[in-house]
Amino acid sequence: MKGIAEVRSQKSDCRSKTLSTVRFNFCNLTFDFCIRMNRLRLTKTIVFLAALVPLGRLVWKALHDGLGANPIEVITHSTGDWTLILVLTTLAITPLRRITRQYWLIGVRRMIGLFAFFYGTLHFLTYIWLDKFFDIHEMLKDIAKRRFITVGFSAFVLMIPLALTSTAWSIRRLGGKNWQRLHRLIYLTAILGVVHYTWLVKADRRKPIEYGIVLSVLLLYRVGVWVSEKASERRRRPAIPAPAGSRPEVTKA
Amino acid sequence: MPIKKPAAIPSSEITPKATYLNRRNFLAGAVIAGAAAATGVAFRDLAAPLLTVRANAKIDGLQKSAFSTTEKETPYKDVTNYNNFYEFSTDKYEPADLAKNFRTRPWTVTIDGEVKKKQVLDVDTIIKMAAPEERIYRHRCVEGWSIVVPWVGFSLSELIKRADPLPKAKFVEFTTLYDPKQMPGQRTSVLNWPYVEGLRMDEAMHPLALLCFGLYGEVLPNQDGAPLRVVLPWKYGFKSAKSIVRIRFTGDQPMNTWQQSAPSEYGFYSNVNPNVDHPRWSQAKERRLGEFLKRPTLMFNGYDQVASLYSGMDLKKNF
Repeated sequence: MKGIAEVRSQKSDCRSKTLSTVRFNFCNLTFDFCIRMNRLRLTKTIVFLAALVPLGRLVWKALHDGLGANPIEVITHSTGDWTLILVLTTLAITPLRRITRQYWLIGVRRMIGLFAFFYGTLHFLTYIWLDKFFDIHEMLKDIAKRRFITVGFSAFVLMIPLALTSTAWSIRRLGGKNWQRLHRLIYLTAILGVVHYTWLVKADRRKPIEYGIVLSVLLLYRVGVWVSEKASERRRRPAIPAPAGSRPEVTKA
Repeated sequence: MPIKKPAAIPSSEITPKATYLNRRNFLAGAVIAGAAAATGVAFRDLAAPLLTVRANAKIDGLQKSAFSTTEKETPYKDVTNYNNFYEFSTDKYEPADLAKNFRTRPWTVTIDGEVKKKQVLDVDTIIKMAAPEERIYRHRCVEGWSIVVPWVGFSLSELIKRADPLPKAKFVEFTTLYDPKQMPGQRTSVLNWPYVEGLRMDEAMHPLALLCFGLYGEVLPNQDGAPLRVVLPWKYGFKSAKSIVRIRFTGDQPMNTWQQSAPSEYGFYSNVNPNVDHPRWSQAKERRLGEFLKRPTLMFNGYDQVASLYSGMDLKKNF
């Protein structure tokens, strides 16, 4: 089959700047669909739907007897996996947009972050409901006693302020600098999330290690950027100050 | 000073607008093609059927056992599709498929160590040593889930009596087949292969200890430990060694694989005990597969008749 589909923004087809056309070429026949939204909104819609796929898959399987012998275990593992994947995806946005120069990517980061929180909440709910049956006492005991629960719970709690301050209003209210500082908590969430996974597996650490490697690359990228920025800052500053002896006398006024 | 104008970009180097737009179209097309491929994969994933065909030979002349529980049996499809069998995979849903071509015949079991006569027995000789019984046992995994399985076999003591161990023999050690060609999980170093488990002699001689070669009235499915395994219903599941090729009698306590892997988490005895938590999770409750709520875990998994084996022992230390 030839090219399957193409998406473009064009005046002529849809008679407006803000519209996108999706063109399907199928067996030499061309179908144009005008989609009444601009490119970013279209991308956001696609990301939104894609982020719902893991949940949809679970629901579909649950309705069709497809979750196997231990459905609750599958739900717990799947929601946990997707929380980590989406947290790592938000952390990948900055390196990706710099390396590929696809700066529009920033436009979908908040949504992916909120979906990470969404799956984290589902993961936490399966734990507190299907594992602990809302026995708060049992839960608190668990958090205090089991270190993998302690770090997992911390990772989840740290995401709450980020989700709450994800609005444009919050950014204005906090000021960009403070907002950015607060949202650096995501690094801690990601680290604790990977540690949580590493500490809970019985013997097979391959998957948590894979997540750990991805996280390390994403964090090292930031360290690299930080170091090179510091270095270039130093280069821009005036040359090494003159030795003390040669300093001209400061005359009192 | 005249400033030289930068050379104009030759028109040959300017990307035609159509081509430029095409690049975006290509990207979008790639995204959609990727989505289409993902949909295909997703469809296979969603439509993946469980292996529920019961194709194994029936075992005739099954006798009922007084040890059987009357609790509801876990469905065959769950017992044969949810398996902790790290020799094949650490994923519980994979052994059913990965073990489907596993060769269980010819199969021999080496009997050695502190015995009068060391010998290599054919598995079919062993299976015919005593009349097969159906024993419906509770089975509790160290991970916190449990099942009820109608196993087929006879007391392990029948084999041990015939093996004729020397008085020096204080323990029995079971070794699982090591064959990375057939068992893909053994190509990873998740555990130290081959898998080794062990029992104290009096535990092994207890009538509850089952030498097993079937379930649900049929020859044991490969993913459940074919052709020969042990089943120790008062201990966590991992004590019940699968696909056994060697039974060694010894004076020293064997080092079992899980204890070797994490000595602070898995002991030699590993009796089901709701009062002794796994360091990382509670053992007080369990999820019986097919049930929504968790049920309390019973001491010795409800098999109180073994309690006398451990009288005077601190089970918190000897976990």
